Amino acid sequence: MSISPRLLINSALLIFLAALPFLTDWAGDSFYTGLVARILILAIAALSLNLLIGYGGMVSFGHAAYIGVGAYVVGIGAFHAFEDGIDWMLNGYIQLVIALLGSAFIALIIGAISLRTRGVYFIMITMAFSQMLYFTAVGVETYGADDGLSIYSRSDMLGLIDLNDEKSLYYLIFISLLVVLYLMHRLVGSAFGNVIRGSKSNEARMRAIGFSPYKYRLTAFVIAGAIAGYAGFLMANLNDFVSPDVMHWTRSGDLIIMILLGGMASLFGPLYGALAFLMLEEMLSSIPLTIGGLHVGEYWQLIFGPLLILIVLYARNGVDSFLPGARKNS
Amino acid sequence: MTTRDLLVIKNLVKRYDGLLATDDLSLTVREGELHAIIGPNGAGKTTLIKQLTGEIPSDGGQVTFAGQNLKRLSEPERSHIGLARSFQITSLFQDFTVLENVCLAVQAHSGHSFRFWKKINDDTTLTEPALDILRQMGLEPRAYIATSSLSHGEQRQLEIAVALATKPKLLLLDEPMAGMSQEDSEKLVERLNELKQRYTILLIEHDMDAVFSLADRISVLVYGRAIATGTPDEIRNNEDVRQAYLGEEA
Repeated sequence: MSISPRLLINSALLIFLAALPFLTDWAGDSFYTGLVARILILAIAALSLNLLIGYGGMVSFGHAAYIGVGAYVVGIGAFHAFEDGIDWMLNGYIQLVIALLGSAFIALIIGAISLRTRGVYFIMITMAFSQMLYFTAVGVETYGADDGLSIYSRSDMLGLIDLNDEKSLYYLIFISLLVVLYLMHRLVGSAFGNVIRGSKSNEARMRAIGFSPYKYRLTAFVIAGAIAGYAGFLMANLNDFVSPDVMHWTRSGDLIIMILLGGMASLFGPLYGALAFLMLEEMLSSIPLTIGGLHVGEYWQLIFGPLLILIVLYARNGVDSFLPGARKNS
Repeated sequence: MTTRDLLVIKNLVKRYDGLLATDDLSLTVREGELHAIIGPNGAGKTTLIKQLTGEIPSDGGQVTFAGQNLKRLSEPERSHIGLARSFQITSLFQDFTVLENVCLAVQAHSGHSFRFWKKINDDTTLTEPALDILRQMGLEPRAYIATSSLSHGEQRQLEIAVALATKPKLLLLDEPMAGMSQEDSEKLVERLNELKQRYTILLIEHDMDAVFSLADRISVLVYGRAIATGTPDEIRNNEDVRQAYLGEEA
């Protein structure tokens, strides 16, 4: 097997990410470890969403809802462990199982209904469902309503890994990313992935040759939801905080933008997209320029918007189009 | 050739806002025959195909296929009992390779696809039958190229190959020669001549030379009704058909 330049670039990126905590130690600035950890979590969520959008053609606009479910499981567990002394609710494995099952179950319900619609209706209905969850979280006073919930102790992994150690947490996130990348790679190339991609390509023909795409799409929806729920579990532990804001529809929009930025239907696209998105946000919002008393950085989205339009117009596959071996036809 | 009836259409109806696209249509396709349907544009030929495959529901009548009433069967279910169609307007997986197009159809008939881990691309239980079908249709040398870079004629051949990959008992071909050059059409007639030895075929086609050289029986559709059915000779000499459709072509 020959090593393509693309594989080389992707490997270099992963090696860099693996070495990052030590690089920042050496540079004496651990801020970037936290930033990159956040990026990698969003990359995991974007990867799962890309199964739906990039490979399956299902533009779900409510994917942040599942992140929220995973994050609130950690938040609520920590809350009851702290307030009521219910220790098992801090158990990371129990939290993890509930986060995965909970987000999968909610994806099952939302998917079962949404997947009966197409096009704009599908986009709107998935967004509506995620907003329902958002407003539910806003309404629950016990768990902080719109102020959110501070997490006083991170998930207890019973000594296997200490999530309070920033480096350990970073490597858990990094290894999770590797696992999800490999999972996606296998999934897309499997019989199941074939059906998902075929249903995006030509649904009428799929039905004519004997496939019922609905149940396969719903399964993809549940898998993507569970992975996003896992991302939420990690995010709550990283931030020590969860609020309804993680489920807001604009957060779902951010995930879609990451996929657009990175390139649809490519394995590494969402990772590049998440990196590009948060790096741009970080850079643009700290532009040290003041015009007429206004800090340009505060209005970073004014620059980001047009940039995004340019990318969509001229680089249909985002970052992926600039990597060697990019597919020219799509 | 047996004379068993494979497909029996009785009093089939399809209405579109008061327009009768299929008007009390009755028709029988015998096992082993190539049955052609001809008729002027708007006679309801493609509507009939869609009703047979279940893509659109019927408003009345009954269709029996291999002794089974089709009424409650969905489009994918009908594919699994042996009904396959090709499309008048090419309908392929354009971003897949030629081989992948056929493999996907083979996959549809090789059990469920809730298999999440094993690589599908080098699964010989799919690629071997798929390559075999591509060989039959003369597309084997093109197996590994992108479908979108096939010529129109080749795409029309692939259109049939995908239908064949579902192991059909009855092949519904909706204008397979549409848009083809004279040369490609002649080649396709040869291939259909080979296929008719092995498959029962319901052929819709505008190319009269092709129809009259291939068909065992021909039905003439006008305004959603079969006004005549018979051998090519009988149809050629049928007074109603001459008036309604063939004109001086006959």
